[in-house]
Amino acid sequence: MKRILIGFVLAVVFSLSIGLSAFAANKPPQKGETLPAMNLPIPKSPGEKSYLGLSGEGSFKIPQIKAKVVIIEIFSMYCPYCQKDAPGVNELYSLIENDPDLKKKIKLIGIGAGNSTFEVGVYKKNYTVPFPLFPDQDFTMHKACGEVRTPYFIVVKINEDGSHVIVHSQLGEYPGAKPFLDLVLKSADLK
Amino acid sequence: MKSYPGGQALPTGLCGPPGGNVIEPSIVPLSHRPGGLSQGGLEMEKRRTISLILAVATLTLFVQVSSLYAISEAFKENIYKVGTLKPVDSVLKVKVGGRAPDFTLPSISEEKISLSQYRGKKNVVLSFVPAAWTPVCSDQWPGYNIVKDIFDQNDAVLLGITVDNIPTLFAWTNQMGKLWFPVLSDFWPHGAVAQKYGVLRSNGVAERALFVIDKKGILRYINVHDINKRPPLEGLVNALEKLKK
Repeated sequence: MKRILIGFVLAVVFSLSIGLSAFAANKPPQKGETLPAMNLPIPKSPGEKSYLGLSGEGSFKIPQIKAKVVIIEIFSMYCPYCQKDAPGVNELYSLIENDPDLKKKIKLIGIGAGNSTFEVGVYKKNYTVPFPLFPDQDFTMHKACGEVRTPYFIVVKINEDGSHVIVHSQLGEYPGAKPFLDLVLKSADLK
Repeated sequence: MKSYPGGQALPTGLCGPPGGNVIEPSIVPLSHRPGGLSQGGLEMEKRRTISLILAVATLTLFVQVSSLYAISEAFKENIYKVGTLKPVDSVLKVKVGGRAPDFTLPSISEEKISLSQYRGKKNVVLSFVPAAWTPVCSDQWPGYNIVKDIFDQNDAVLLGITVDNIPTLFAWTNQMGKLWFPVLSDFWPHGAVAQKYGVLRSNGVAERALFVIDKKGILRYINVHDINKRPPLEGLVNALEKLKK
């Protein structure tokens, strides 16, 4: 009887662990959730620091960015679709920055999954990316985001009290700057 | 819904210490049991059993959680999952400072390419990757595809090589966009060039290896990389820039 009980308990624990592990590996951040804990280095460039409303050195968390909405693109220098979408994402940045109201509210950053600082620099230079890009060479942030395929877009709304919530996320299928901006404005109730 | 970072310990509220709801009810203080201390031996045995269950359950959780770290970022729906492989499974037959063995291989553009055709004209980078439609390989050449300027600045050409046949390479590389460099098939005699360089693995695929050959045909850089990982671009760029010195 005792052996049966032990076997049963072990089977339950084993099954539970398999189920939860798979869930953890395959679940990208979803609408309504908060971001997984991610520390990014405060940019050295004064321009990027100012763009994000950060000061000093060390690391920061995305909800600390001075904005109402942050758009995160998880990309890779080695990803053909990211390369293809890069001009369109730059255009999104321009649409936001050219609007005096939106430029105070929406910020854009990129996280280079598995990319070294050098590789992120190559991508930034090649596509003249005007917004801050962060390397994630050891996939730490990529893993925290459920090992999503790239490009992956996450739109985060930051509340007055500093709390935040994901209002939109999508794998690829970037529709172009204007439709995506409309989607962001609608998702974050900025319209 | 809350997300659970890969590789992190699972939230105890959901998965819980294995002892939680399942085992705890059986842990009743001795003083509350009929017979109490007179059944000490039996109690000891029960505690040992519980400890064993806890240990096995905890180990099970750790095995499952740590396996998450091995999942590649590059697993796409049309990419064949190969799992984690032995990092290197061959023995090099060439060395830095030695002459690079010549070869002629067919390319996906139907042109035959020989290493010797670049002698005295261009530095050459050979990029062997293991196989088409596998995780890391599919994310390596698209990166090289956007740095043609770096190769040009260093008067170098890139030759991509796998042991796949031409139709497979054609279909696979089409997914990467238009590649500026030749893609060569070392399919038949199977892996003969990889074998010549000592980068043919025991299962018939090539290593993930980079060779830099100067205009005199001399090997100046060799990186037989861990097959499970992509070599950082800066290693290759540094090697190319050293050719100028």
